[in-house]
Amino acid sequence: MRQLRLILFWLTLAITLIAAPSAHAHLMNTGFGPFSDGLTHLFVTPEDLLPVIALALMAGLRGPCFGRAVLFALPVAWLAGSTAGLLLASPIALPVAETIVTIALGVLLATDRPLPRAAVVCLAILLGLFHGILNGSELPKQSLSSQISAAGVGAALFVAVSLLTGQAASIRVLWARVAVRVAGSWIVAIGLLMLGWAMRIPG
Amino acid sequence: MKNFIRHAGAVRRSFVVVFFLLYPLTVFAHKRGGEAIGFASGFLHPISGLDHILAMVAVGMWGAQLGAPAMWVLPVVFPMVMALGGMMGLIGIKLPGIELCIALSALALGFAVCREARPKLWIAAIIVGVFAIAHGHAHGTELPLGASGVLYSIGFVIATGLLHALGITIGLIHRWPAGRIALRVAGAVVAMGGVFFLWKVISGEAA
Repeated sequence: MRQLRLILFWLTLAITLIAAPSAHAHLMNTGFGPFSDGLTHLFVTPEDLLPVIALALMAGLRGPCFGRAVLFALPVAWLAGSTAGLLLASPIALPVAETIVTIALGVLLATDRPLPRAAVVCLAILLGLFHGILNGSELPKQSLSSQISAAGVGAALFVAVSLLTGQAASIRVLWARVAVRVAGSWIVAIGLLMLGWAMRIPG
Repeated sequence: MKNFIRHAGAVRRSFVVVFFLLYPLTVFAHKRGGEAIGFASGFLHPISGLDHILAMVAVGMWGAQLGAPAMWVLPVVFPMVMALGGMMGLIGIKLPGIELCIALSALALGFAVCREARPKLWIAAIIVGVFAIAHGHAHGTELPLGASGVLYSIGFVIATGLLHALGITIGLIHRWPAGRIALRVAGAVVAMGGVFFLWKVISGEAA
């Protein structure tokens, strides 16, 4: 039963990744209001989702207390970053930096390095601030709906991180831990290819 | 008979594996055109060429044959190094002898499985890493410009990882005496495929 739940969880995650219609930093219009737009944004934006998956799994592998710390640090930092991003005059796009962050988190997950809790929380805060600022800078300025959308992103983060850290923290068998580390190596591989795309010279 | 019934599931799975191995329509993964615009095209790219499929599956089989920790170290190393090669190809860094190295990969990995070669882990990782660079570079150089490479990259890496998983699953038959022989035969088949690809490359260069 437990294994079935694990399989269902990973299947849902894979379908979410596969079903992502496009990879745009700006919000998609769900038709259910700004909160739903923000809620959906994370799950249809692989650039945002991949580092979150890497960080959440890494924290989960270290144990429940690491997971709980990231569960609150990441959404709060992301919201703070979004608020700061809303104050910026023009949108910021840093695809290479975003990709390097994803690769770094993937490497940490794949190598399963025993980092101290303070370091993991710092990583969560830095990731949240960085992506939050990028997201916030893309949102319409001086609009209440932008702040509601940012809250939606924060809620999505809370759900995603709680599910991922919970699953990773409950791992007891070696092969499942190895599978999570393999997922880390896949994130690194995806990040390296994304870096190639970002640095590619047309022609 | 009891044994057959017990392993009926494995036999059915083997038929599915053989079907998918025979299914690819083109021979070379790096000769296929197409649009790099989404998950589906990225996912289909690695499974569109028999040379790539054979090498990926052979990595998994060899890993399973070597046992832990190689069983998971090799499939962890391969996608990362392959993506590094892909990145080099994407940004235009030229590497010599890529076609030859790809052809040699199926031959060498198949030979290693056939011979049950047991080198030190770091040597196996270097062998796999060199071939991974060649496969990744070939894919990277041929990719057309697309609207977004992110979903394409996700599909590409997942497909490659699943091919490794398939190889590991096949390699698990190593624990039974008959399976051990079957695995070595499978290695010989992969090596023969490598000879075919090598011949294609050499004859192509000669022409």
